[in-house]
Amino acid sequence: MIEIKELHKRFGKNEVLKGLDLTINEGGIFAVLGPNGSGKTTLIKSILGMVIPQSGTINLNGKTIKKDWAYRKGIDYLPQIANFPNNLSVKELIKMIKDLRANNTNKDEELIKLFKLDEFLNKKLGNLSGGTKQKVNLVLTFMFDSPLVILDEPTTGLDPISLIRLKDLINKEKAKGKTILITSHIMSFVEEVADEIVFLLEGVIYFKGTIPELKTKTEQPDFEHAIASILTDSYA
Amino acid sequence: MLKILKYSFYDLMRSRWSYVYFFFYLLLGVVLLFLNNNLSKAVITLMNVIITLVPLIGTIFGVMYYYNSKEFTELLLAQPIKRSSIFIGQYLGVALSLSMSLILGLGLPFVFYGIFKSNAIWDFTLLLVTGTFLTLIFTALAFNIALSNENKIKGFGYAILLWLFLAVIYDGIFLMSLVFFEDYPLDKFSLIGSMFNPIDLSRILILLKLDISALLGYTGAVFKKFFGTNFGFIVSSVVLTLWVIIPTYFIKRKAGRKDF
Repeated sequence: MIEIKELHKRFGKNEVLKGLDLTINEGGIFAVLGPNGSGKTTLIKSILGMVIPQSGTINLNGKTIKKDWAYRKGIDYLPQIANFPNNLSVKELIKMIKDLRANNTNKDEELIKLFKLDEFLNKKLGNLSGGTKQKVNLVLTFMFDSPLVILDEPTTGLDPISLIRLKDLINKEKAKGKTILITSHIMSFVEEVADEIVFLLEGVIYFKGTIPELKTKTEQPDFEHAIASILTDSYA
Repeated sequence: MLKILKYSFYDLMRSRWSYVYFFFYLLLGVVLLFLNNNLSKAVITLMNVIITLVPLIGTIFGVMYYYNSKEFTELLLAQPIKRSSIFIGQYLGVALSLSMSLILGLGLPFVFYGIFKSNAIWDFTLLLVTGTFLTLIFTALAFNIALSNENKIKGFGYAILLWLFLAVIYDGIFLMSLVFFEDYPLDKFSLIGSMFNPIDLSRILILLKLDISALLGYTGAVFKKFFGTNFGFIVSSVVLTLWVIIPTYFIKRKAGRKDF
C-alpha cells in the first residue's frame, strides 16, 4: 500500500507537486494520467526516491521511505526513456542488474522468449533500435517479481505484437496480486488495462476512481472524450 | 559499493582512453630514461609532467565519466542500492583506474631499467603516491562540479577553469602577492597559501623528499624552514589526505540531495 500525504516538489521556480495526497491500495492496475508537465514522472520518481520532495510524506506498507533504500527491493521500475550504457551487451546488462540486486532469478529467460530477444543477447545496447531497447527495459523490469511494479510509458516504441504481449504480461502480473502503476498517453491502452484512474492536474489529484465513474462525472460517453473534457475545462 | 566500483572499473578498463593514458605514460617513461640515462633526473622531469598533467586528466576524465554514465546512474538509482554507494563507487572506479594507468605506465619502464637496484626507488615511489593523490583529489573535485551542473558544457568549462586556476593562475597570483607585499613578513601567508592548492603541496612534498634546495622555490624554502624536512613531509601528507576526504564527503552530500 502506498500512502502519500501533502507532497510538495518544486524545481527552481517551477512548482510541480502542490500538496498531493494519494492512497493506493494493494493489488490492481492504477493508471496515473495527466497532461504533459502535470507531475506524473515527478510523482513516480518521488516514490522511487530519485526525486527528493521539499515536504510531505510517502509511506510504503506503513513505513516511510525517507532516507531508506532497501525498500526498493520491493519495486520494479520501468523508466520512461530506455537509456542504457552503450558499450554493454544485453546479456551483460541483465547479468549485471541481477548481480546488483543480489537476486538470482531466471525469469529473464522466459521474458526474453516472450519478447523474442534471443538474437539480440550478444549485441551491444548502443546498436539496438528504440523498440528493442524498450523490450530489454521490460525484461529488466519484470524479471524480479516484486510486489509493486511502476511502468512509465511502457508502450513507447513497441510494435503491435509486442504491445499485445505486454498487455497479457501486465494482466498476468496483476493476477498474482501485484500493484501496478502505469503512466501512459495512449488512452486505448489505459482503458484496456487499468482498474482505476488517478488524474493529475496542476500538481494535485483531480480525480481518482474507475473509468465508469469518470464517464459519469464528466457526462461523456467514452473514455477518451472524458479525459479530453477535463483538459478543455481546465484550460478554458 | 564494491559492486558499483567493480563495474565502473571494468567499464573504464574496456575503454580506449585508459589505454591511451597508459601508453602515454609508458612512452614518457621509456623516452625519459633513454634520453637522461639518469634515474634521479628522470624522476624530477617526471614530477614536472605529473604535477600538471595528472590533475588535468583527472578533472577531464571525472567530468566526462559522470556525464557519460548518466543513464547507467539513473538505472542504478531505481535499484535497491544506497545513493552514496553509487556515486562513491563510481568515483573510486574512475580514480583507481586512472591511478592504475599511471602506476603501471610509469612503473613498467622503470622496473625494467632497474629501479629496484637503485637509490631512487623511494623518490620514485613517492612520485607515484603523489600522482595517485592528485588523481583522487581532482577526480573528486570533477565529480563535485559535474553533480552541481546539469549542463555538460558548463560542467566541462568549470572543470577546465578549476584546473587552469590551480595549475597556473594560482601560482601567478601567489607570486604577485609575494612581490606586492614584500615589505611584510610573508612566511605564514605563503605557508597557508600553498596548503590551499594540492598541486603546490604535491610539488613541495616531492621536492622536500628529493632535497633539492635550488628547486624548492619560496614556499618550499619556507616550508622547509618552518617544519623541517620530516615534519614538513608529514604535514603536507596530512593536508593532501584532507584534500581527498573533504571533496569525497561533498560528493556524498551533493548526491544525497540531488533530484534525478
